[in-house]
Amino acid sequence: MSKFRKKGKKSAPGVNTAALPDIVFMLLFFFMVTTVMRETSLKVENITPKATEVSKLERKSLVAYIYIGKPIKALQAAFGTAPRIQLNDAFKTLEDIPLFVEMEKKERDEVERNKITWSLKVDQKTKMGIVTDVKQELREADALKINYSTKKTDKILNN
Amino acid sequence: MAKREISEINAGSMADIAFLLLIFFLVTTTMDTDTGLIRKLPPVLDEVEPPPPIKERNIFEVLVNANDQLLAEGEYIQVTELRAKVKDFIKSDPSNMDMPEFKETDIPGLGLVAVSKQIISLQNDNGTSYEMYIKVQNELVAAYNELRNEFAQQKFQKSYNELVQQSDASDANKEKMDAVKKFYPQRITEAEPKRVGGSN
Repeated sequence: MSKFRKKGKKSAPGVNTAALPDIVFMLLFFFMVTTVMRETSLKVENITPKATEVSKLERKSLVAYIYIGKPIKALQAAFGTAPRIQLNDAFKTLEDIPLFVEMEKKERDEVERNKITWSLKVDQKTKMGIVTDVKQELREADALKINYSTKKTDKILNN
Repeated sequence: MAKREISEINAGSMADIAFLLLIFFLVTTTMDTDTGLIRKLPPVLDEVEPPPPIKERNIFEVLVNANDQLLAEGEYIQVTELRAKVKDFIKSDPSNMDMPEFKETDIPGLGLVAVSKQIISLQNDNGTSYEMYIKVQNELVAAYNELRNEFAQQKFQKSYNELVQQSDASDANKEKMDAVKKFYPQRITEAEPKRVGGSN
């Protein structure tokens, strides 16, 4: 009876997906720009301690990492549970540090060699003995700018 | 001859390809930036030259043993008490003979001021846990930062942190930052560790 009665069934129009690739590309470029590839696979347990007065490391290309901690569960059968040093992708000993320092310095431009930060990623359960030894080796290899890698927290507690 | 119509390229699967790449980058990405406490190690001395003697009153001694216990100036304290003690020491007090001496120093932007000759000496055992070591280091840095903040606020009506953030933008702020830094210079020395704790 009404003039505006629907005449027959109309199918709903499909959603226009023409802009979908644009959106996806936008996201893609965002992640491509912000991404940093995982360079090393960790072979040691590595939970860094927390601190309140942390500062950010500015240039990632000028940071070299030294991992210290006890081997991960899967490797404990072969390597035991004593803390170890990991440089790049392998377990190394103290004697390898001077060579490691040299290699890392060679990879950078000559003008930037003194600006390398040596980031010590040490597990919080590690004892200071091995850390001090590593620091001594770094000193002797003239790698003086170091960073104790820590997570940011608001407050530190008594033990 | 009839013109042949050029058929359009089907771009329907472009989104799929883009999605594939997107997911790849999503998985491989690590957004975390490395943060930490930045330190400078002292260079190795070539000759064994005896360091100039430092008066006992200018040194604040912090010892950490293998059981993660803390001794500050001969007093057994908790980590959370350390910050206040260090702050008092760095600030110093001219009327107290046990506190550090002052030295008249000419600092650009501040003029001739009395800077305390404080030095903090940190010594740890080989058996100290890294967690404890970082806690102590953190408290020492925090003491300096708080003092610098207070001083900058009082002198320039801006906290030290703000000055650091704005130091790239203007030279005036950089000069102020350097002045505050010179007034409270961060002097933390680390003695060679001793193996007294037994465990290693």
